[in-house]
Amino acid sequence: MNKVVEKEFFSEKVVRLVVEAPLIARARKAGNFVILRVGKKGERIPLTIASADAEKGTIDLVAQVVGVSTSKLAELEPGDYITDLVGPLGKPTHIEKVGTILAAGGGVGVAPLLPIVEAFKKAGNRVITVLAARSRDLIILEDQMRQWSDELIVMTDDGSHGRKGLVTAGMEEILQREKVDECIVIGPAIMMKFAALLTGKYKVPTQASLNSIMVDGTGMCGACRVSVGGKTRFTCVDGPEFDAHHIDFDEMLMRLGGYREEEKEALERYHLQHKLVEK
Amino acid sequence: MGLNSFYLKQERDAAWRTELRKKTKNKDRMLINRVSMPELEPEIRVNYQDREVNRGLTRDMAMQEAIRCMDCANPTCIEGCPVSINIPKFIKNIERGEIQQAASVLKETSALPAVCGRVCPQEKQCEAQCFYVQKLNKPAVAIGHLERFAADYERENGEMSVPETAEPNGIKVATVGSGPAALSFAGDMIKKGYDVTVFEALHEIGGVLKYGIPEFRLPNSIVDKELENLQKMGVHFKTNFIVGRTASFDDLKEQGFQAFFIGSGAGLPRFMNIPGENYNGILSSNEYLTRVNLMGAQYDETDTPVLHGRRVAVIGGGNTAMDSVRTALRLGAEKAMIVYRRSEEEMPARIEEIKHAKEEGVEFHNLCNPLEYYGDEKGRVSGMKLMRMELGEPDASGRRRPVPMEGSEFEMDVDLVIVAVGVSPNPLVPSSLKELSVTKWGTIVVDENDMQSSIPEMFAGGDIVRGGATVILAMGDGRRAAEKMDHFLQGKYAVN
Ligand SMILES: Cc1cc2nc3c(=O)[nH]c(=O)nc-3n(C[C@H](O)[C@H](O)[C@H](O)COP(=O)(O)OP(=O)(O)OC[C@H]3O[C@@H](n4cnc5c(N)ncnc54)[C@H](O)[C@@H]3O)c2cc1C
Ligand SMILES: Cc1cc2nc3c(=O)[nH]c(=O)nc-3n(C[C@H](O)[C@H](O)[C@H](O)COP(=O)(O)OP(=O)(O)OC[C@H]3O[C@@H](n4cnc5c(N)ncnc54)[C@H](O)[C@@H]3O)c2cc1C
Ligand code: SF4
Ligand code: FES
Repeated sequence: MNKVVEKEFFSEKVVRLVVEAPLIARARKAGNFVILRVGKKGERIPLTIASADAEKGTIDLVAQVVGVSTSKLAELEPGDYITDLVGPLGKPTHIEKVGTILAAGGGVGVAPLLPIVEAFKKAGNRVITVLAARSRDLIILEDQMRQWSDELIVMTDDGSHGRKGLVTAGMEEILQREKVDECIVIGPAIMMKFAALLTGKYKVPTQASLNSIMVDGTGMCGACRVSVGGKTRFTCVDGPEFDAHHIDFDEMLMRLGGYREEEKEALERYHLQHKLVEK
Repeated sequence: MGLNSFYLKQERDAAWRTELRKKTKNKDRMLINRVSMPELEPEIRVNYQDREVNRGLTRDMAMQEAIRCMDCANPTCIEGCPVSINIPKFIKNIERGEIQQAASVLKETSALPAVCGRVCPQEKQCEAQCFYVQKLNKPAVAIGHLERFAADYERENGEMSVPETAEPNGIKVATVGSGPAALSFAGDMIKKGYDVTVFEALHEIGGVLKYGIPEFRLPNSIVDKELENLQKMGVHFKTNFIVGRTASFDDLKEQGFQAFFIGSGAGLPRFMNIPGENYNGILSSNEYLTRVNLMGAQYDETDTPVLHGRRVAVIGGGNTAMDSVRTALRLGAEKAMIVYRRSEEEMPARIEEIKHAKEEGVEFHNLCNPLEYYGDEKGRVSGMKLMRMELGEPDASGRRRPVPMEGSEFEMDVDLVIVAVGVSPNPLVPSSLKELSVTKWGTIVVDENDMQSSIPEMFAGGDIVRGGATVILAMGDGRRAAEKMDHFLQGKYAVN
C-alpha cells in the first residue's frame, strides 16, 4: 500500500500524483516505470516514473485518463492508498554525453520524457525539446521541460498554443537547421511512427519508448511483445525503449487495440456504476 | 534426504503397525479395488472456473484404500517421492483412523501436502514405484489421493498444528520469489530459528500455484491456508518487491540479510517465431492463465479484461496446455482444441488432466504443428495453417522425434490461440547479478548436492535451476537448500 501525498490536475484528463514509495524513489533511473493496481479488483497498469524525490521518498506519476483503471487512479485523493505498486521496471534510458539531443513528446508522453530530458541535460548535452498536443490545455509540464531544455518548441494541432502543426513539423525544423546526434520520442504510437520515419530520413539515431499492453511487467506473460528488427522482444524487460527505426509500429498499433472491445465494455460498466455517463 | 533404512525399519516395527499388518492378510488386501476419486460431472464443472473437479475421498473410502497398502518391508514408493515422504507410515495411520497423525507424518517432509496431493504427477513418481505396479501389475495404491485426504482432513477438522520453531538465532535470510521452492525453503529455515523474509514481485504469494494452476485443480484458498501457517511461524512476506530492482542484493545485504535462496521460477514464455504469431488473440498460456487466475478477469466486477474465443486452439501438450484449454472451455469456448506435435503417449501432462480434458469435450489434434497464423482486417487471429507429423527415432529426451509429413498442410479456423510450448528461466536475477554462473539456457548453475550457486551466499532451486519442472521437485530443492544453507551459515559463524 502506497500513500498518495499530493494530487493536481494538469488538465481535465491529465493528473499528477505524488506517491510514497521510498525504495523505488531511491532505485529508479530515467526511463523506468512502475506497475500499479487501484483496489483489490483492479487491473495492473504501467506508468512511467515522471520524477522522484529520494529524500522525501516519493515518486511522481502523471496519468492520462483513458479507461477504467486510470479513472480510478484519478479519483484517489491525498491520504488514499494505491493498493499495489511495484518497480522500478524496465531498462533505464541509456544516458551519455553525445552532443545535441532532440526530445519530442506527444500528449501524456511528455511525462515520461521529462526525467529523460533532465538526465540528458545533466549529462552535459545540448537539449532541444518539442512538445506537442492537440490543443493548449493538453500541453503538460511545459515549465518543468523548459528548465532542462536549451530550447523548447510547443506545437498544437489547432494552433491554440505555440505553433500550429504536428510534432513532426517542429522536429523537422530543427533537423533542417542543425546537426542532431540523437533523438528520443515518446507519445502515442502513431506519433512515434511518423517521428521515426522523419528522423530515419535524416539518419539520426532515434529511441522510442513503447507503451504496450502489459500484465506482470517482469517478462512472464508476453503481452507486451513487439517486433524490433524482425525479432520478438518484450517491452517490459527488453525495453521500454527501442531503436525506433527498427520497430514494427504498424504491428504495435494493431496490438494496442487487442483488448479494445473488452475495455470499452468495462468502461461502460464503470460509468454505469458511477453514474458518470458523460453527455 | 533419503530416509535411512534403519529408521524406516524401526518405525515399521512399531507395535501398532505390526498389529495392523497381522489384522488383514495380504491376500485379502490385494482383493480390494483401487478407490476412484469422486468427481464433479463434466457437464456441470465446465461452467465453473473455481469449482474443484476432484472432490476428495470420504473418510471411509480413504480408510478402505489404505488397507490395500501392504506396508512392504522394502517400501519402494518412498524412492519415487522426490521429498521421501514416509508413505507407508502415513497410509497406515489412515488405515487405523488416526488421520491427524497421518497429516503430521506428511508434514515431516512436505510443507504443502494439500498442494502435492492435488498436483503431483503421482503416476510417474511414488505410485510408479508401488509394489502393486512393479510386481503385481495392478493399479498402485492411490498415494496421491490419500495424501490429499489427510491434508484436507486436518485443515477442515482439526487444529492446524503450527510446527515448532527453534529459538530465534537472529540471522536474516531471504528468498527471491514465493513459489513452492521458496515456500518450502522458508518453512524449513524458520523451523531452524532463522529470521526469514519472502520477497515476491507480484501482488500475491504463491508463484505458479496462484497465477498458473487454475482453481478447478488447486483452489487458491488452499494455498492461502498453507501460507497462513508459515506466517504464524513467523515468516515475513513482502509482495510487490522485485529483488534486484526494488532493492539490489547489496542493499539487502546492508540491511543484514546474510544469505539468499533464489526461487524465481521459469516464467519467460516461449513462442514459436512463426509468421503471424503477434496477431491479437494469440497469447502465451502465462498471460491467459494470469489474467484469469491471478486477476479474476472472467468476472464482471474486475477490471482486467480477457479475450473470449469461440474456436480456441492451445498449442502444446503439458499441464499448462491442459489448464489453458480447460479454462477456455469454462470461459465459454464452443470448440477447445489441443494441438500437439507428438502423440498422446508423449504428452508431458498428468494423465488425470488429459482424461479430465477429454471428458469435458476438449478435442485433441495430436501429431500436428502450426506453421503460420492468419488474421482478419482488425488484426485478430482468424485461422492457422498446420502440418501433420509422424514419429521418428527417439531424440535426446528419449521421446520419439516428430517429423513433418511433406504435403500434409491443412488449415483450421480459430479466433483464439494460446501458446503453451514451454518457458525459459526468468532473467531478472541473473541480469542483476553479473557474477552469477548460468547455463546457456539461462538456468542458474548450482552444486546438485547443496544447491549453492557460484556466489557462496546464494542458493537456488526450483524452475530457475531445472527449467520447467514440478512442484514437488521445487519443494525438494527448497528443503535441500535450507539444510545446506544452515550448515554454511553455522560454519561461517563458528569460524568468525
Ligand atoms: C512502459 C509504459 C509506461 C507508460 N507510462 C504512462 C504514463 O506515464 N502516463 C500515462 O498516462 N500512461 C502511460 N502508459 C499507458 C498506460 O499504461 C495506459 O494508458 C493504461 O494502462 C490505460 O489503462 P485504463 O484501464 O485506464 O484504460 P484501458 O481501459 O485499459 O484502455 C483504454 C484504451 O486505452 C488504450 N490502451 C490500453 N492500454 C494502453 C497502453 N498501455 N498504452 C496506450 N494505450 C493503451 C487501449 O486502446 C484501450 O482501448 C504507459 C504504458 C507503458 C507500457
Ligand atoms: C499452468 C501450469 C500448470 C502446472 N501444473 C503442474 C502440476 O500439475 N504439477 C506439478 O508438479 N507442476 C506443475 N507445474 C509446474 C510447477 O508449477 C512449477 O514447476 C513450480 O511452480 C516451480 O516452482 P518455483 O518455486 O521454482 O517457481 P514459481 O512457482 O515459478 O515461482 C517463482 C516466483 O518468483 C517470482 N519472482 C521472479 N523473480 C523475482 C524477483 N527478482 N524478485 C521477487 N520475486 C521474483 C515470480 O513472480 C514467481 O511468483 C505447472 C506450471 C504451470 C505454469
Ligand atoms: S509428494 Fe508427490 S511424489 Fe511424494 S508421495 Fe506425495 S504425491 Fe507422491
Ligand atoms: S508485461 Fe508480461 S512479459 Fe512484459
